[in-house]
Amino acid sequence: METRGTTEAELIARILAGEADLFHELIRPYERMVYMTVFSVVKNEAEAEDGAQEAMISSYRHLASFRGDAKFSTWLLTIAINEGRKRLRKAKSAAEESLDEPTEGQEGDFTPALLTDWREIPLEALERKELREVLRAAVAELPDIYRQVFTLRDLEELNVEETAQALGIQPGAVKVRLHRARIMLQKRLVPFLKTTAPPRNRWFGRAL
Amino acid sequence: MKLECKHVWQHISEYIDHTVDAKLREEIELHLEHCEICSAILDATRNILVLTADDRTFELPVGYSERLHKRLAEELKKIEKDSRKE
Repeated sequence: METRGTTEAELIARILAGEADLFHELIRPYERMVYMTVFSVVKNEAEAEDGAQEAMISSYRHLASFRGDAKFSTWLLTIAINEGRKRLRKAKSAAEESLDEPTEGQEGDFTPALLTDWREIPLEALERKELREVLRAAVAELPDIYRQVFTLRDLEELNVEETAQALGIQPGAVKVRLHRARIMLQKRLVPFLKTTAPPRNRWFGRAL
Repeated sequence: MKLECKHVWQHISEYIDHTVDAKLREEIELHLEHCEICSAILDATRNILVLTADDRTFELPVGYSERLHKRLAEELKKIEKDSRKE
């Protein structure tokens, strides 16, 4: 089973022609992406792992319906998102909660937090483990519609079009939600970034 | 026309993504040269994105890949068996 230099389209054709085991190779580059995507919907590690497995199995079962007009990764992510949403619905109906998906309204304050001294963000601060924890928590606390867009765009680095396709929303909504998500995270993390910095004595030529 | 800070913030995300048009980009850059506040906001936001894209920030559960492929192998076998029965 030689697969080096094989394109994704060739892999898919061979799988459909009966070389089922090649499916392992096909999905290998997307393992992380699928997990993170399901996680962005269900926000629970165990559910995300189960969901990622189910999404992969489902994509195998439906591989013949993949048309090749979208990228395989986008198609796979659509399945992953649907799997996540299915799980969320189940969990929510168990809790008798509303299923209404909120849309981005104008409510909320989407102005960034101000820093008076940008030099207070040392690069070393980004290496701190605590900062990663704060960021993870902040992302988890984002409203669902913002977290999902943020995950696909800034964590998985999909483009606007792919993100819109995977989530079934307009590209314009992707941009608005991403902007708001980033501002919200900036606000959440700025105080932390500031406190990690060593104090500076002078700035703008005045003694503090 | 001179840009106000508020205007820069509205476009900060698109600026980072290089999706603002050339004229606005130039205006924002001009503003950033003189505005420490907006430079700081841009810097912080960019740093957050760097941190987000870093694989150490959002980690996969230990053993995830192994469990995934084990499960896949089982399912592939099952599906093959079922299709033979048909």
